Amino acid sequence: MTDTSATKPDQTEVWITGIGLATSLGEGLDANWAALQEKRINVDEKGFAPYIVHPLMPVTFDSQIPKKGDQRQMEAWQRIGTYAAGLALDSAGIKGNKDILSKIDMVVAAGGGERDLNVDTGVLTAEAKGANAPGFLNERLMSDLRPTLFLAQLSNLLAGNIAIVHGLGGTSRTFMGEEVAGADAARIALSRIASGESDIALVGGSHNGERKDLLVLYEFGDFNLKDKFAPVWARKDHPGFALGSAGAFLVLESRAHAEARGAKPFAKLSSVVADLARRKQSGDMTATLEQLWAKLPKREGKGAIISGATGAEPATSEERGFLKAHADFPVRSTGTMFGHTMETQFPLGIALAALSISRGALFPPNDSTGTEIEMQGAPTQIVVVGAGHWRGEGMALVEAVS
Amino acid sequence: MTAPRDKLGRPVVVVTGMGIMTSLGAGKADNWAKLVAGESGIRTITRFPVDGLKTTMAGTVDFVSVDPFSSTGLSERMAELVTEEALAQAGIGAKADFPGPLFLAVAPVEVEWPQRRELGRAVGAPDFNYDDLLRISGGGKYSAYHHRFMFGSVAAYLAETFGTKGSPISLSTACASGATSIQLGVEAIRRGETDAALCVATDGTVNPEALVRFSLLSALSTQNDPPQAASRPFSKNRDGFVMAEGAGALVLESYEAAVARGAKILGVIAGCGELTDSFHRTRSSPDGKPIIGCMNKTLADAGMTPDQIDHINAHGTATPENDKMEFNTTSAVFGELAQKIPVTSNKSMVGHTISAAGAVEAIFSLLTLEHQRIPPTINYETPDPTILFNVVGNTARDARVTAVMSNSFGFGGQNASLILTREPA
Repeated sequence: MTDTSATKPDQTEVWITGIGLATSLGEGLDANWAALQEKRINVDEKGFAPYIVHPLMPVTFDSQIPKKGDQRQMEAWQRIGTYAAGLALDSAGIKGNKDILSKIDMVVAAGGGERDLNVDTGVLTAEAKGANAPGFLNERLMSDLRPTLFLAQLSNLLAGNIAIVHGLGGTSRTFMGEEVAGADAARIALSRIASGESDIALVGGSHNGERKDLLVLYEFGDFNLKDKFAPVWARKDHPGFALGSAGAFLVLESRAHAEARGAKPFAKLSSVVADLARRKQSGDMTATLEQLWAKLPKREGKGAIISGATGAEPATSEERGFLKAHADFPVRSTGTMFGHTMETQFPLGIALAALSISRGALFPPNDSTGTEIEMQGAPTQIVVVGAGHWRGEGMALVEAVS
Repeated sequence: MTAPRDKLGRPVVVVTGMGIMTSLGAGKADNWAKLVAGESGIRTITRFPVDGLKTTMAGTVDFVSVDPFSSTGLSERMAELVTEEALAQAGIGAKADFPGPLFLAVAPVEVEWPQRRELGRAVGAPDFNYDDLLRISGGGKYSAYHHRFMFGSVAAYLAETFGTKGSPISLSTACASGATSIQLGVEAIRRGETDAALCVATDGTVNPEALVRFSLLSALSTQNDPPQAASRPFSKNRDGFVMAEGAGALVLESYEAAVARGAKILGVIAGCGELTDSFHRTRSSPDGKPIIGCMNKTLADAGMTPDQIDHINAHGTATPENDKMEFNTTSAVFGELAQKIPVTSNKSMVGHTISAAGAVEAIFSLLTLEHQRIPPTINYETPDPTILFNVVGNTARDARVTAVMSNSFGFGGQNASLILTREPA
């Protein structure tokens, strides 16, 4: 059997030394933390009605992507990610540090494919009006597609843009596969550092939730939240996820590497595990989450759970079943506060876990169903749960550095 | 026998099963026979109309049927077939019970034109906007398209079909993806997380928009007639790559585990390396340093020196820039040996299988080691006088081959190299 856990007793401790967030709640750690304290949620119920999205709080891209030419070469999802990656490098104190950036390993969780809706609609309506020459589609695409749009669509070009804009010259891997890609990115980066293959890594993802082409894709499966916003746990009779825009990046680093340069940790990333439940029958996913929970190192401290539950069914009910078995752990939903940011949700969860540990408090509950309870005192161990709306389950343990 | 650990004390990683599919055909035997015979799989595209396209040929896999057709569906089916071949050869695990994780290189997934057009027709009006498309997308009629166009869908299908363990990873490092899938498998075994890994790479994306995208970047050959002569690596008159489809699967195992179960060892993944180029989205740094660094890292990872490499399976896309850059960087690493070591580009015959290329070419490299015969670079009629590689031009060459370097370079500054050997060092 394969043990996907990255933690073994003889392995290097891995610290989270940098966090970069650009979300619907704001940019940077203070703005996001303040919004969480105030239970402030930023949803747009009108712009994509009847669908609900969590739009990006506007940022000044120039501050992290100084060249306009670079910004033009990207679509929104890449700009958000490149921006958040820059914030993470700043947070870790390694922005512009050529020695470190020339060897940093990047593992990015990405979707892609941002479409030019005008081109798509133009082709389809022309065809509806009778355009049916054999080469019609070819000719329209040849004349209408911007040559550089492809590069703004390619999944691995988020990593490519981060490398170009921030001068990263180590390694670069892009994982795809919706929510669990974010968990796998953290899992592989952690394994590589823990085993000594790597000293430092930039891990994360970004998502633009304000995209009608994505709404179409998820509407195929009736996954979009419609009409009225409700916290994730209160959507059982009106299920769905509200897409969110966010970039979340982490700098992971071996303890020795961090100490040698005097970097301070937010927290340590002790373990990341992931699996693929078959989800054929009711209870399959709950059982897989329980198995992942059992694989995590022992929890003896003051614990909490940060869940990336989407609000879509049946996955959310399956996860609620798992959470019920651990009802003594205070739970927080990133889906309620940030919307569903797909590949980014898991890195976002790790970021908030590390932030909560470093600030000595879990952010307050925001839920009417009783799933989220108050927490007194400082959390020392937070489990991040990321179960995909359709496939894939991941879990991480973030702990206070002792 | 040799030690189960390499010079750096890590488990030696061996290959015990391989499966391959390209425009030349299905399976190792067919592909190898055609490859050493210098046959081309490039042909005029018949899958869709080519009117209005500058490039009208590709290395399509037309002998695999997928219904309803989609590029992602074809990628999935090819991946399944090559995995079956690899597992049959390896004889590992039980049916639907592979004892290790899956690392899948797959082209980025997106809703495709046939489905988009179906949606457009379903609106049932001559004038509509994107909101109208959105309005009719729900209700369950198209739920299969949600599943089909999830990025993780191919990996999930393969994981369930072959019973791989844990969370399957879908990855993209553009044209280096196949090499990256192998690298991830090697690393998992070296870390001791698993004794076996299934590394699969697949790409079935010859569709109108994909061709147009590369065409608009001026990356494709337009020498359409005859299509077999379009892909001309290292030639003076090369003018771009030829898109192609294909898939490759490798069963990787620790040497120790393979020997313990009496498996036949097909070769060794002696070294892997990668290095990011942050110069430009589609072009290599003019000084070639990232590629040079990538090759050097790979040599170091294998614990080898340039004189121990006796064949290079080049990236060799036949774009004007790539081939020149590849020669210059190889020269920087190998010195004068760069002009002596036999070099070949499989892409002259099978085209550029993009996400699959790294794995497809690793398998061809392993077959080269097995047969001690180097497949030719066809269409090598007018050598580029500035590329002084010892190109195995036009006809296959028997040679003593003990270690092959296989290179993959991709958009987004992705560089990855592998070193494959016959026996553990």
